[in-house]
Amino acid sequence: MQSVVVTNLWKKFGKTPAVKGISFAAERGEILGLLGPNGAGKTTTIHMLLGLTSHDEGSISILGLDMPKNRYEVLQRVNFASAYVSLPGNLTIDESLYVYAKLYNVENPKHRAREVLAELEVDLPGRSLIGTLSAGQKTRLNICKALLNRPEVLFLDEPTASLDPDIAMKVREILKKLRKNYGTTIIYTSHYMQEVEELCDRAIFLARGSIVATGTPTEIRERSKLKSLDEVFVTIARDGELRDSNDKEER
Amino acid sequence: MISRVVAMVLRYMFIYKRSTIRIAELIFFPLMDLLVWGFVTLYLQQVTQSNAVLFMLGGIVLWDIFFRAQQAVGMSVLQEMWVGNTLNLFVSPIRPRELILSTAIVGFIRATITATGLGICAYVLYAFNMMDLGIALVPLFGLLLFFGWAVGLFTSALILRYGEAAESLAWIVPFLIQPFVAVFYPVSALPPALQAFAQIFPCTHIFEGMRSVLHSGGVPWREMGISFLLTLVWLCFTGTFFARTLTYVRSKGYLTTASRG
Ligand SMILES: Nc1ncnc2c1ncn2[C@@H]1O[C@H](COP(=O)(O)OP(=O)(O)O)[C@@H](O)[C@H]1O
Ligand SMILES: [Mg+2]
Repeated sequence: MQSVVVTNLWKKFGKTPAVKGISFAAERGEILGLLGPNGAGKTTTIHMLLGLTSHDEGSISILGLDMPKNRYEVLQRVNFASAYVSLPGNLTIDESLYVYAKLYNVENPKHRAREVLAELEVDLPGRSLIGTLSAGQKTRLNICKALLNRPEVLFLDEPTASLDPDIAMKVREILKKLRKNYGTTIIYTSHYMQEVEELCDRAIFLARGSIVATGTPTEIRERSKLKSLDEVFVTIARDGELRDSNDKEER
Repeated sequence: MISRVVAMVLRYMFIYKRSTIRIAELIFFPLMDLLVWGFVTLYLQQVTQSNAVLFMLGGIVLWDIFFRAQQAVGMSVLQEMWVGNTLNLFVSPIRPRELILSTAIVGFIRATITATGLGICAYVLYAFNMMDLGIALVPLFGLLLFFGWAVGLFTSALILRYGEAAESLAWIVPFLIQPFVAVFYPVSALPPALQAFAQIFPCTHIFEGMRSVLHSGGVPWREMGISFLLTLVWLCFTGTFFARTLTYVRSKGYLTTASRG
C-alpha cells in the first residue's frame, strides 16, 4: 500500500521555481531519503506535503487523503521534526510534551510523554526550560514530539543535523524500530550519505527542483559507476545532474 | 476539539506560572496608567469643580479590558514566532478557529484579572466604584472582549503576513483607534466629521454607554445593541481577513520563513 503519492508537484516563489514537477511515491513502512544540495527543494517539498506551503500544480495524497483538502485528518495521523524547528522555548520539557500530546488528542498524555522521553533516552529533568537546552537536545525533544501521536507517516527534515554521533545513531535505531514495529513510513532529508546508505530503502536525489536520480542507495551508486554515495552527491551538486553510466559509455 | 483548545490555553497559562514579569505586565503597567490619569482627574476635578471628569477613570479600566483581549489574540502568532514554535503548531491538527478560540479565552482571563485589579485600585485610590455600573458591566465587559478579539484577529493576520517586523503593530493598532472611540471624552467633543467616523467602532458606543450609565443609572440597551451588531460585522470582516491572509501566507511560503518580503 502506498502511504504517500506525489504527482507532478510544482512550486514557484515569485518567478523562481523551487520544485519543478516532481513525482514519487512511498510505500507503507518505507524509509525514503530526499537528498540533494542546498536549495534543491527538499525542505519546500516536505513543507508542501505537510500543507505548510501550498503547491501551485500537481497533487499530494497521504494515507489515501488529498492534501491540503483533508488537511486536518492527515495532520492528525502524521508528524514532523526538523533540526531547524524547536518546541516553545518558554515552556519546560514536561509542559510542552503535555501540550502537544493534548493537541494530538493522545490518550493519557503524561504517560505518553514519559514513554517517548524514555524511547529517546532523554534524561534531562522535566522541569528544564526548553530555551536553555543545547541545539542537539532541542532536536531530540522535537523528535520526541514527533512520536507522540504514533504517526503513520513521519516527515523529518535533517533530523540528525545537530546531533552528536552517539545520539544520531540512537535516532537511526529508533527510526528502524518504528518501521519494523509499526510500519511507519518515513520521509527524511539528510546530508550524511553513510546514514542514508544505512537507513534508506530508497533515495531520491533532487537538484534545482527536479528529480535527477532515484533507486536504492546501492542502485544509484552502481548505476553511476562512482565509488561512493558521497561522490554521487558531489557530482550532482556540481553538475546539477547525474548521467547514467550507460550514457557515458555511449559517448 | 476541546482537547486542542485546552492544550493551547494551558500553553499560554504555563508561561504565567513562572514569569513574574508577565504577571507584573497584567497588573503593574495598567496600574501606572491608572495612577497618571487618576491624578490628572483629581486635579481637573479641583480646577473645574465637575464630577464629569471621574468618568475618565471608568474609561481607563474599560479601555484596558479591550486592550488585554486584543493583545492576547494579536500577540499569539508573534509569541510562537519568537520561540520558534510556529511550524510545530501549524503541522499539528489544531484548526485556526480553535487556535483563535484558545487565545480569546486567554484574553478573557487576562482582561478579567486586569479589570478586577484596576477596579479595586480605582476604588481604593480615587473612590471610583466600578460597581456603580451595576448590571451594565456585563454587556460592557462582554462587548469590549468581543471587539478586542476582532481587532486582535486583524493584528494577528498582519503579523502572519509581515512576520516579526510587524511586532510593534500588536501594540500600536489599538491606539490607532483610541482617539476616535470616545474613551475619555464624549463623542460630542469630536469635530462633526469625526463624530460620524466614530460611529463605526463598536467601542464608541460602549464608552458612551458607560458614561450614560454613570450619569443616569439606566442601561442604554439600544446603544449596546448597536455595539453588538457592529462587533459582529467587525468579527466577520477581520475573521475573513485572517483566513485570506493565512491562505496567502501559505502560498508564499511565509509560514516557514522568519523574514518576509
Ligand atoms: N518562502 C520562500 N520564498 C522564496 N523562496 C524560497 C522560499 N522557501 C524556499 N525558497 C527557495 O526555494 C529553493 C529551495 O529551497 P529549499 O526547499 O529550502 O532547499 P533545500 O531544503 O533542498 O536546501 C531555494 O532557492 C530557496 O531560496
Ligand atoms: Mg532544507
